[in-house]
Amino acid sequence: MWSGTPLFPVSASTMAPRVDALYFFLVGLTAFFSLLIGSLIVYYAVRFRRRAPDAIGARIEGGAVLEITWTVVPLVIVMGIFVWGASVFFAMSRPPDDALNVYVVGKQWMWKFQHLSGVREINELHVPVGRPVKLVMTSEDVIHDVFVPGFRVKADVIPGRYTQIWFEPTRTGRYHLFCAEYCGTRHSGMVGEVIVMEPDEFQAWVAGGRAEGSLASEGAKLFRDLACNTCHRPVAQGRGPVLEGLFGRTVTLEGGGTAVVDEAYIREAIVDPGARVAQGFRPVMPTYQGIVTEDGLLQLIEYVKSLRDEDRR
Amino acid sequence: MPSHPVLLPPRHYLNDGFGVKSWLLTRDHKRIALLYLAAVTVFFFIGGAFAVLIRLELATPAGDLVTDDTYNKLFTMHGVMLVFFFLIPGIPAVLGNFLVPLMIGAKDLAFPKINLASWYIFVIGGTFTMYAVVTGGLDTGWTFYTPFSTMSSTSAVVPAAIGIFITGFSSILTGLNFIVTIHRMRAPGLTWFRLPLFIWSHYAASLIMVLGTPVVAVTIVLVAADRIFSFGIFDPNRGGDPVLFQHLFWFYSHPAVYIMILPAMGVISELVAAFCRKQIFGYTFVAFASLGIAVLGFLVWGHHMFVAGQSVYAALIFSFLSFLVAIPSAVKVFNWTATMYKGSISWDTPMLYAIGFIGLFTVGGLTGLFLAAVGLDVHVTDTYFIVAHFHYIMVGGTIMAYLGGLHYWWPKISGRMYNELAAKVGAVIIFFGFNLTFFPQFILGYLGMPRRYHAYPPEFQVLNVLSSAGASILGVGYLIPMVYLAWSLRYGKIVGANPWGAVGLEWTTTSPPPTENFAEAPVVTWDAYDYPTQVEGHVV
Repeated sequence: MWSGTPLFPVSASTMAPRVDALYFFLVGLTAFFSLLIGSLIVYYAVRFRRRAPDAIGARIEGGAVLEITWTVVPLVIVMGIFVWGASVFFAMSRPPDDALNVYVVGKQWMWKFQHLSGVREINELHVPVGRPVKLVMTSEDVIHDVFVPGFRVKADVIPGRYTQIWFEPTRTGRYHLFCAEYCGTRHSGMVGEVIVMEPDEFQAWVAGGRAEGSLASEGAKLFRDLACNTCHRPVAQGRGPVLEGLFGRTVTLEGGGTAVVDEAYIREAIVDPGARVAQGFRPVMPTYQGIVTEDGLLQLIEYVKSLRDEDRR
Repeated sequence: MPSHPVLLPPRHYLNDGFGVKSWLLTRDHKRIALLYLAAVTVFFFIGGAFAVLIRLELATPAGDLVTDDTYNKLFTMHGVMLVFFFLIPGIPAVLGNFLVPLMIGAKDLAFPKINLASWYIFVIGGTFTMYAVVTGGLDTGWTFYTPFSTMSSTSAVVPAAIGIFITGFSSILTGLNFIVTIHRMRAPGLTWFRLPLFIWSHYAASLIMVLGTPVVAVTIVLVAADRIFSFGIFDPNRGGDPVLFQHLFWFYSHPAVYIMILPAMGVISELVAAFCRKQIFGYTFVAFASLGIAVLGFLVWGHHMFVAGQSVYAALIFSFLSFLVAIPSAVKVFNWTATMYKGSISWDTPMLYAIGFIGLFTVGGLTGLFLAAVGLDVHVTDTYFIVAHFHYIMVGGTIMAYLGGLHYWWPKISGRMYNELAAKVGAVIIFFGFNLTFFPQFILGYLGMPRRYHAYPPEFQVLNVLSSAGASILGVGYLIPMVYLAWSLRYGKIVGANPWGAVGLEWTTTSPPPTENFAEAPVVTWDAYDYPTQVEGHVV
């Protein structure tokens, strides 16, 4: 009966041992203090049990030394845990620069993955072992949450914005992928698998995928179909900003302030163009809310990212 | 203890008028407390029945007992009923209502009519919510997260929201009544630092009720308005922000946890003092710990949102503050434990509940540290780990304290004693049933089983079966006190004013007390729990 019952999750990412170490420390701490308090109250209850019906407890009002001790000692301990937990979280929040990007769109009740190569998957995500992977995620409807217990990572997937997680798988295999934010009828069916492969197998898998074109080239097609190029031209006289070489720069905004051109900024510029207009331009761009799908937005972003300074004319 | 048979006092609040009208129009805080007792008991067993169905469904990995939509409604209604209609009102509205005036030597609460009105508001709110249950149910989770609740759910969100909105006012009025009563109506000589700790913790909880509840009321109105009028406040497609809801919701709903646990801590302080016949160790530290929890409790809401896209630095601040709020709770546990040292400890049923509370609350509180540590919270949040954690606090903590308090003051409420053996058996069954139900859920959570799952991978089945088995034991455990307490109302042994030999103004008047509580207005010349001067006996 117990043979197929794990009591501890597999550890399959570089982050997992760090999270587990903190977990084991806290399990130890919990066990120590629970047993300490538990055995004291049981021991006192027996040792000082009432022996005569009219017996009254000793007169002890308290003691400042004890009070200070059991305030300061726990305070020091929890501050240590705070720092430890924060350092793990910092590592989780900073994807390495060389991470493999994969885009994720959640919708009731499925996961859609798009690799930069253009390969798309549903409810399955193939990644190579030993290479950091960054997921950039959004939702088409309600809040979902990507959770891979084997990697100890989780983040909400929120409509209208991008969130991200990263992980570096350390062993090949198939791992549960759960939706961890309640999202309606088939919430518990919004599950999938992350399949971690040897790098050469992964390359073969990518090559065998029937990609129509890379994400950026799909974006280029969409860019032309939506006639974005009438205003966003690779020369400086366009009605809209030149997009070549724009990604990653900091732009000055109309009305003051600056913005870093990242995925979230580009997304906002497409669906809500008036929100943060670049200096020197008028807010003439119409919204593409509802015209471009979340998948299409990701393709456009990847296209903009692919435009280099040297493409300017 | 007198050897001749004790009789009920000729005149007391239970025989001061008979018939439905004398109850439904009463302004006596003790009768209103019993009206609340009846109401919350009904809601407790409705909420418990939903839990039974949830655990039955989860006995097998496949979603085979009920449909997925039904399952989603079951866990939603389980949470709504037990959070808003049992845990939040439970101890304050039943035990607090009965005891606050008695403990401070007052005739009644400051506003008896408002007290009765708050019961009616509570019942109307509950009825509205039950209406939502029977006309389509509610499937948003008790947390009403947007944009699911505003744009996606097809269930009865608006009636349920109205029900919870209405009920909030009952909580605000009760809190207001307690604050005014504690400030203005203490007996002569009953200074702040002579007050029982039950009063301090109710005072702290009342502050949260008055300051926090309006926020959730506003939030829930926004959800209803967004559904009815499509304002788009939480709709990202129209410039709204779905995560804004979570900030507003948790700004109340985290402090609400302290509305549930602070009065429970007050009960435990009374039980430990009474059954050790001893002053609470570090009285002032325990009293100020309650206020510390109430204040810090308002500053930690963001720890529910570590994975909800909040900035890294916001997460760190909320993590830091969440660790701080753990300290006053730890201080209380240490002080209760120290109080037992050299006490005269009886093993009566209320003390068994108090010991159970201290143990379970310690586990619940320490597992809270896992969730405050932000890098570890990422893995365990939204899993069964968090389900186990908050059930240790709310069921292992609040419900154990509620039952312990109900047993301790039962002779005061009814004038009669329940069957001690049945009560001990019930307490032990509840303790074991509870641990068997919720301990496996910690393991399930770290394994990665998400909460609110109708179906789950087969490797999680054994632990789920254990949990379901525990739940059936726990369910039986909760029925046992119903039986012997009801039985005792008619057949229980009549006890005198102070059957436990406890110190406290409530034990100086008859059991049951007269409508006006005290034959003569009491004057207080002693500190709380001053056993050596207030009861006859020898100090060990």
